[in-house]
Amino acid sequence: MSAAHGGGAAAPRERADTWTGRLREAALAALPPEKLLPDGQPTYVASWVYVFGVASIASLTVIIGSGMILALKGPSWWHDTGVGHFFNSVHLWAVELFFFVMVVHLWAKYWMAAWRGGRARVWMTGAVTFLIAVPTALTGYVSQQNFDSQWISTQAKDAMNSVGIGAFFNLTNFGQMYSYHVLLLPAAVVTLVLAHVLLVRRHGVVPPIESKRRFAPSGGAAGGRSPRAGRSALEGGKVDPSVRGGSEGEQADPPAPRGSEGGGS
Amino acid sequence: MRSVLPPRLLAAVFNLNHPARVLEWHFIKLSLANVVVIGVMLLVFALAIILPFPGAKRRREQRR
Repeated sequence: MSAAHGGGAAAPRERADTWTGRLREAALAALPPEKLLPDGQPTYVASWVYVFGVASIASLTVIIGSGMILALKGPSWWHDTGVGHFFNSVHLWAVELFFFVMVVHLWAKYWMAAWRGGRARVWMTGAVTFLIAVPTALTGYVSQQNFDSQWISTQAKDAMNSVGIGAFFNLTNFGQMYSYHVLLLPAAVVTLVLAHVLLVRRHGVVPPIESKRRFAPSGGAAGGRSPRAGRSALEGGKVDPSVRGGSEGEQADPPAPRGSEGGGS
Repeated sequence: MRSVLPPRLLAAVFNLNHPARVLEWHFIKLSLANVVVIGVMLLVFALAIILPFPGAKRRREQRR
């Protein structure tokens, strides 16, 4: 058993001597349970503009679920049966909704300067997810196995050839496009979304710009004016448990410790 | 089950049996359908900022 488990609270902690122990310690240090699954959200999260991140995840879940069913049943099923048409349409419209809410989420975070307060990686994983989602959708359109996919693949092939990647990303090669669509690109999107959500949990939901004053720690020498005070305001907004079902009597009035505001996106 | 709306009315609204209508402005060329979707996205974005979130005011007042 690792030394990390033994001893009282005051005892000096020793580093684990196994890679699994060190990994566990690093994971717990980066994302302790109260950050990973917080009880409350900052008050400023009670706004419609904050719902588009979770709406993106919800539509992505429907996309993955309907896509799994389509992959199991195959093209003749999704073209020739009523239930197949239904799941084909669910998959398509979930993609439309995914892009709709993801772009609105991107706009909101751009105008909110969501990379503030040490959140550059949160912003970058989100932006790269959007960029990867575009070829994921394109490979889906060319995997339909109908005249529409033939038209799209030949038109897009010209575009890929013109930028010099048509030889190894061949849109008229159904097998290659289908592999990209059902495995490689969705795996990249899901991995990036998981990283994005974990980073949001770690750094907390970015507050609105005008809340820099509102959420700055009151009193003290800094008075909310120094860069450090600003950073503190960005990283530790007040937590309101009632935002996510917490008890009304559990409001935490002083600025929460860094990162305790983790939650939505 | 028979649709409540007459089939011809639905066909008039959702008639796709023609080339897409395209809007052009200098080098910008967008289908009308895409312009409508972009407009709806902008509208939803504006409403998300303007409309109050249920219970948000009460929560803010409770914190004061």
